[in-house]
Order: sequence, then structure tokens, then C-alpha cells
Amino acid sequence: MATFLGLDYPTWWFLLVGGVFSGYAILDGFDLGAGAWHLFLRKEQSRRIALNAVGPVWDGNEVWLVIGGGTLFAGFPHVYATLLSAMYIPFMLFLAFIIFRAISIEFRSKEKMLWWRTMWDVSYSVSSIMLAVLLGVVLGNVLQGAAIGADKEFAGDWVEFFNPYAFMVGFTTLALFMMHGAIYLIMKTEGRLYTKMTILFKSAMIAFIVLFGITSLYTLLYIPHLSDDFKSNAALFVIPLMAFLSIANIPRLASKGKYQAAFLFSSLTISFLLILVAIELYPVLIFSTIDPAYNITVYNAASSEKSLGIMLLMAMIGIPLVAGYTFFVYKTFYGKVTLDETSY
Amino acid sequence: MDVEILSRIQFAFTISFHYIYPPLSIGIGLIMVIMEGLYLKTGDKVYETMTRFWTKIFALTFGIGVATGIVMEFEFGTNWATYSRYVGDIFGSALAAEGIFAFALESGFLGVLLFGWNRVSSKVHFIATIGVFLGSMFSAVWIVVANSWQQTPAGYHIVGEGIEARAEITDFWAMVFNPSSVDRIMHVWIGAFLAGAFLVLSVHAYYLVKGRYVELSKKAFKIALAVATVFSLSQLATGHSSADGVAENQPAKLAAMEGHFDSLAVADLYLFGWVDKEKQEVTGLGIPGGLSFLVHFDFNEPIKGLNYFPEDERPGQVNAVFQFYHIMVAIGMLLIGLTMFASFQWWRGKLFDNKWLLWAFVFAVILPQIANQAGWFAAEMGRQPWVVYGLLRTSDALSKVVTANQVLFSLIMFSIIYSVLLALFLYLLNKKIKHGPYDEKLIDKRPQQKEMVDVLD
Ligand code: HDD
Ligand code: HEM
Ligand code: HEM
Repeated sequence: MATFLGLDYPTWWFLLVGGVFSGYAILDGFDLGAGAWHLFLRKEQSRRIALNAVGPVWDGNEVWLVIGGGTLFAGFPHVYATLLSAMYIPFMLFLAFIIFRAISIEFRSKEKMLWWRTMWDVSYSVSSIMLAVLLGVVLGNVLQGAAIGADKEFAGDWVEFFNPYAFMVGFTTLALFMMHGAIYLIMKTEGRLYTKMTILFKSAMIAFIVLFGITSLYTLLYIPHLSDDFKSNAALFVIPLMAFLSIANIPRLASKGKYQAAFLFSSLTISFLLILVAIELYPVLIFSTIDPAYNITVYNAASSEKSLGIMLLMAMIGIPLVAGYTFFVYKTFYGKVTLDETSY
Repeated sequence: MDVEILSRIQFAFTISFHYIYPPLSIGIGLIMVIMEGLYLKTGDKVYETMTRFWTKIFALTFGIGVATGIVMEFEFGTNWATYSRYVGDIFGSALAAEGIFAFALESGFLGVLLFGWNRVSSKVHFIATIGVFLGSMFSAVWIVVANSWQQTPAGYHIVGEGIEARAEITDFWAMVFNPSSVDRIMHVWIGAFLAGAFLVLSVHAYYLVKGRYVELSKKAFKIALAVATVFSLSQLATGHSSADGVAENQPAKLAAMEGHFDSLAVADLYLFGWVDKEKQEVTGLGIPGGLSFLVHFDFNEPIKGLNYFPEDERPGQVNAVFQFYHIMVAIGMLLIGLTMFASFQWWRGKLFDNKWLLWAFVFAVILPQIANQAGWFAAEMGRQPWVVYGLLRTSDALSKVVTANQVLFSLIMFSIIYSVLLALFLYLLNKKIKHGPYDEKLIDKRPQQKEMVDVLD
């Protein structure tokens, strides 16, 4: 099997897909989080500022989801096919919320009537919340595994996807994104709005830590296949340790008013948590609850070596370009929000 | 209804709805680049005003394009899982390339294009406009490459048998430059330029007949007319070249497009007609031997008709393919006639003299839209019963675990959401047009954070 820097291509693609989804979670995480807070802000001006804080960047953030979908399709077509067709209804709801969120941002400022703005505010906030929860539900189900048969098709009933564990991961994700989004809004605001966000941030922080604790405990107790890797290799405990340190760092930095550093650490927290997920899964991508022999893994789900090699090259050219534009946009809109005639 | 029919209806509905917006975004993108380029070159404020005006309309079409495009990205997996497994090796790479190279460029610069007017220099802003435009052009490239591979597969081999069979890439460039992709990319690009140019023509023709923003509208109208004229003519050339390709690579589709049944005979070219599939005849006005001539430059050369192919390898909806194809070609001719006439009047210095010509342009905006949709329907229905031509049947491409009720649910959901979207789009577009290109500055006072210290909550 062809390798690159000592790792085989399917493993590279596992890392690449994981990397893109972490990028997505970090970037769209803060704007979904900011959206989730939207109805907590009461005054029209506050809402406008919060909306314009994500205005120029949310679309670029969402592209990471599109790239994630594309790389998953390209690298592991079986996972793309099995996951999406099995979770048909959850994904259709996800798409509906994606549409509503996009158009709410777009349409809100187009009319001045109170009912119009309130309607889009509610739609924006509810869809942001639901997207965060649904992302967590999908992740929870991937962690838990599903009834995958020998033909790599889902053999269960889709209603099973709405289970307590999945929702617990869902709410944890929401709390994490709301914390992350609150820090972003703090960086973008001044005056009373800034003060208000610092208070909201604290409650999100506490909610996240509590939910995260419960979810971790539940995982350790009831989903043994996830901790196997850690039991066999103690060195891996570094990762959860790093995650805990990084989480602990957030309130510490926030209490000193260093919100940019806190934002860095909430981003790091998201990536550590996803690295944790990656270690728990690898080399499996979807666990079969019917028979471990039916697990969908990076090897039996991958595209051909030729295809993976070509796309690895593409990714090596493309990802620095993407990082470049992203940097340019964030640099252009750096600093506190100011509104002008082009704002939402 | 069964899952196959429902999934096909849903795919056709969601992609057709999506395809209202990308051509507008691409086409308006081109016009914005020209307008902003003229502004930088001449320094004339009127070009800046029109660029800003069209940027706002662009934001609207682009926003809905993004929202409806994400649905397409995931629909392959949700509804066509077997297809996704079959082509993932090939199709996935095109879709991934689209994300990495095109969408990232597009949406990265979009923020600067829409909100950066006061933050970056006018040169940097112009670069952002070009970036967004190029991004939208590239995304058309990759998606059309992927679709063209489905029409004329190349650069692959089949691995595995029966339900395990999948296509794997053997030659990347042969896959990208498969026999139909270049023709079809050009044809789709130009179709998009026409869609955008005709929207610009329509709006400014409307201002001109109403006597509003006359000076600005005359300039904008001329820019769009130049674009529309050049590309209406080129569309005939790329369309002909596509038809040549179809004759060579997908003879069953060509036969359906002209309703040509006899298995090997001289084929006619119809201007319009009606196909009776049972009686295997076309009633209409045609040029005897015309199709033979177009394909072989000889009125007497026979062409393979539908009966040449096994019953289960021919498109089922012959009349629909015929009609969609002929609608597109007829509109193509109409657009050539209209733009040539208008350009002739421009050359005589009488472009804005007759109101009826302006009125014609007000309504002509719908024509490229219809032609774009009809073109896709002809191309996709003509490909049936294959989803990957000659390799995978549409009926085998479905998701095995999805039930008819689930698809019915999502179909109803999309019908409702998209109706609302279309209504909002038309309402807001109309409002923007009524409002016109000039901003009444500060009508809606934009308070800054520092002034709001006391009012905030
Ligand atoms: C001729 C061009 C063309 C065609 C045939 C299609 N699209 Fe499209 N698409 C675009 C041209 C485009 C665009 C111009 O690039 C859009 C429209 C507005 C925009 O934001 O980008 C877009 C948006 C768009 C997005 C959102 C990107 C973002 O978040 O910025 C996705 C995921 C797709 N499309 C996916 C698809 C799929 C899977 C298609 C086929 C089944 C498809 N498009 C057909
Ligand atoms: C690469 C992109 C595309 C892929 C992979 C694709 C694939 C498909 C599939 C799987 C179906 C359903 C099965 C079928 O009836 O053939 C379909 C149908 C259809 N597609 Fe495409 N398509 C693509 C692009 C487009 C675009 C951009 C349009 C533009 C409007 C389009 C128009 C249609 C139509 C109208 C149908 C319905 C035809 C019918 O049901 O007979 N397609 N296509
Ligand atoms: C002027 C005469 C025209 C001719 C002879 C022509 C020819 C064709 C042919 C043969 C196809 C099918 C290609 C295939 O199946 O591979 C096609 C598709 C298409 N046409 Fe046209 N066309 C013309 C005008 C137009 C115009 C004016 C538009 C839009 C403004 C348009 C938009 C499209 C689109 C969007 C498709 C589907 C994509 C594709 O398959 O390329 N066409 N055309």
C-alpha cells in the first residue's frame, strides 16, 4: 500500500477529513453560537451588531462544511452514502435549518417592520440552535455506532438515531458553541453589550463543563468500545489531559479579560475534543452494533489509492489557498464591529 | 408512488430550483467586473453607483444559491447512496475540488465584496469582485465536469461485480477532459452570462421606459447589450458543438432530441413538432435530411434512430426530450435575433428611441432562464434510463434504506420551503428595483457602538 511520510493514504484521508471538520466546528461553531445567543439580546441595535459581527464571515465558515462533505464523499464514499441515507430524516431537517439560517441573515435587514425583523430573529436563532444540536446528534450516533449490516447498509430503524446519548452529545455541542460564540461576540463588541456578553459567557461556560462531565462519564460507563484504545496505550491519555487543561484555561484567561487568548483556547478545546473522537474511532469510521466484522473502517470504505493520491495533492495545493483567503477576510474585518451603509 | 419516482422528482425539483440562481450570480458577476473595471479606468462615479446597485442584487441571488446548493451537495448521499458508492472515487474528487478551489475562493472574497467598500482600497475591492466571479466560474467547471463524466464516462475502470461494482479512476485528466466536458462547460458558462446580462437589460430597460435614472441606465444597458449580443452568437456555436458531441457519444439521446425512430435512416431536422411515441412519428415542420446534414454534412447519410437501440436502453420520454430541446434552440435563435436587432439600432444611434424594443427587453429576462432549464432537462432526460451512461441505471442508483414515505416527507418540505423562498426572492428583487440604484443616505441611521452605551441591553 502506498504511503506518504510513513502513513498510508486512507489514514491521511482520515486526518484530512477530520481536519476539515475540526476547521468547520471551530469556524462555524462561533457563528452558530453567536446565532444561538441572538434572542438573548433584546434591543434592535444589539441584535444588529451581533449579526454584523458574523456578517462578512459566516458564509466562508459554512464552506468548510461543503468541503467536509466533498472530502468525505471523495475519500470514503461508503461512509458518505451509508451515513446520509441512514440518517435521511435528521439530515433533511439539518438542510432545512441551514436554508432558514442563511436566508434569515440575508433577509432580516431588508425591511424595517418590527414583525419582519422579529420573525427572522427567531428563525435565525432557532435554526442556529437546532444545527448545533443536530451536529452533536450525528456525532453521538457515530460514536455509539449503528446497526450496519454486511452490505455496509443501515439495517435498523431511523428513529433509533434520536436516543438519549445522541441528545446529550447534542446539548454538549450546543453549550460548547455558545461558549465559543460568546467569546467571539465579546471580542467584537463594546460598552453595555460587551458587559452583557461577559455575563452570558459565564453561564455557557458552566453549562458546558457540567454537560461535558456527564457525557464523558456516560461514555466511559456505557460505550466501552470507545475507551479500548486508551486502555491499551496509556500514552494517549495525554490528549484528554490536554483537553482538560485547555478547558480550564478558558475561564482563567477570561477572568483576566484576555478574551483573544480565551478564544484561542476555546478553539483548541474544540480541536482536542475532536482529536479525542478521532482516536476513539480510528481505524473505524462507523461501528456496527450487529457484528464488529461489519464495521466500516478507513480501509474498507476508502476510495482507490490512485484517487486518494490525486486528491491529497489537490488538498496540499488547495488548503493553503483557503487558509490564505480566510486570513485575508478576517484581517479586513478585524476589530470591533462598525456599521455602515453596507451592513445588514 | 415508489422511491425511484419520488427521488427523481425531488432531485429534479431541487436542482432546477438551485439552477435559477447560479446562472444569475455568474452572469451578474461578469457584468459587475466590467462595471467596476470601467469605474477604475474612468473614475466616473456613475459606474461605481451601478456596481454597488448590482452588488446588492448579486447578494440576493448568491445567498439563495448558497442555501439551495448545500442541499444538492448532500442529496447524492441521502437519495442516491448506491450511485454515490459507485462513482465516489471519481465524482467525489470533482466535488471536493469544487469545494476547495471554487467555493472557498467565492465565499472568501464575498465578505469583502459586500461589506468591504469602506475598508479596503478600490483596487483591492476590484480584486475581490474578480475573485468572487472567478470562483463562481470554477464551481460551474467542476460540477459540469462531474455531470459530463456521467454523460460520457472516461478515464476509469470498473472494479468488482454485481452490487459490489464501482468505477475507479485510472486517468485523472481523461476523467476531467471527458468527451463532453469542454463543450458543456462553455455552453453552461455562456448560458449563465446570458441569464445575468438579460436581468441587467431588463431592469435598466424598465427604468428607461419609466424615465428614471436615465443617464445611468443607458450606460448600463449598453454594457449588458454588448455582453448579450456577443454571447447569444457564441451560444449557437457551443450548442452546435455540443450537439455534435451528442451525435457521437450518445446517439440514443440525439435520436430522442429529434424524434428520429427508424433504426438507420436519413434524419430530419424539426423547427417544431409533436412526437407520437406509439405511432413512432413526428408531426411538425422540418427540413428533410436536416439532421443528417448537420452531423455528416450530407443530406443522404443515415443516422441511428431509437429503434436501433434495445428497448431498455432508450430514453422513455421522447416527446419531452424533443420539446425541451426545441424550446432551448428556439429561444437561442430568438435571443440572437433580438440582440442583433438592438445592436443594429445602437449602431444607427436609435437604440433608445422605440419603447416597444425596451419593453421587449423588460420581459426577455425570462427567456434565458427557460432555455437554461430546458437545456438541462433535455440533457438529463435524454440520458435516461442511465444515471451513468451505459454503466449504471437510474433505477439501480437509489438509496436502499430510504423509504417512499421519507422521500415524500422531504419532497413536501422542500416544496414548502422553496415556494416561500421564491416568493421572498421576487418580493425583495422587486423592492430593490423599485428603490433604484441611489441610496438615500442615512435614512435608517446606523448607530455606532460608542453612541449606544446608554440604550443597550
Ligand atoms: C453552472 C453552474 C452550477 C451548477 C450546474 C450547479 N451549481 Fe451549485 N453553485 C454554483 C454553480 C453551479 C455557484 C454559482 O457557484 C453557486 C451559486 C451561488 C453561490 O453561492 O455559488 C453555487 C452554490 C452551491 C453550493 C453552496 C456553496 C457555498 O456554500 O458557497 C453548493 C454546495 C452547490 N452549489 C452544490 C451544487 C451541486 C451538488 C450541484 C449539482 C447537482 C450544483 N451545485 C449545480
Ligand atoms: C453534477 C451534477 C449532477 C448530477 C450528479 C446529476 C444527477 C442526476 C440524478 C442522479 C438524477 C435523478 C435520476 C434521473 O432521473 O436521472 C438527475 C435527474 C435530473 N437532473 Fe441531473 N445531475 C446533475 C446536475 C444537474 C443540473 C445542474 C441540472 C440543472 C437543472 C440537472 C437537471 C436534472 C433534471 C431536470 C433531472 C430530472 C430528469 C428526469 O427525472 O428524467 N442535473 N440528475
Ligand atoms: C442556439 C442554439 C442552441 C443549441 C444548438 C443548443 C444545443 C444544446 C445541446 C445539444 C445540449 C445537450 C448537450 C448534452 O446533452 O450533452 C444543450 C444543453 C444545454 N443548453 Fe443549449 N443549445 C442552444 C441554445 C441554448 C441557450 C440560448 C441556452 C441558455 C441561455 C442554453 C442552455 C443549455 C443548458 C443549460 C444545457 C444543459 C447543460 C449541457 O448539457 O450543456 N442552450 N444545448
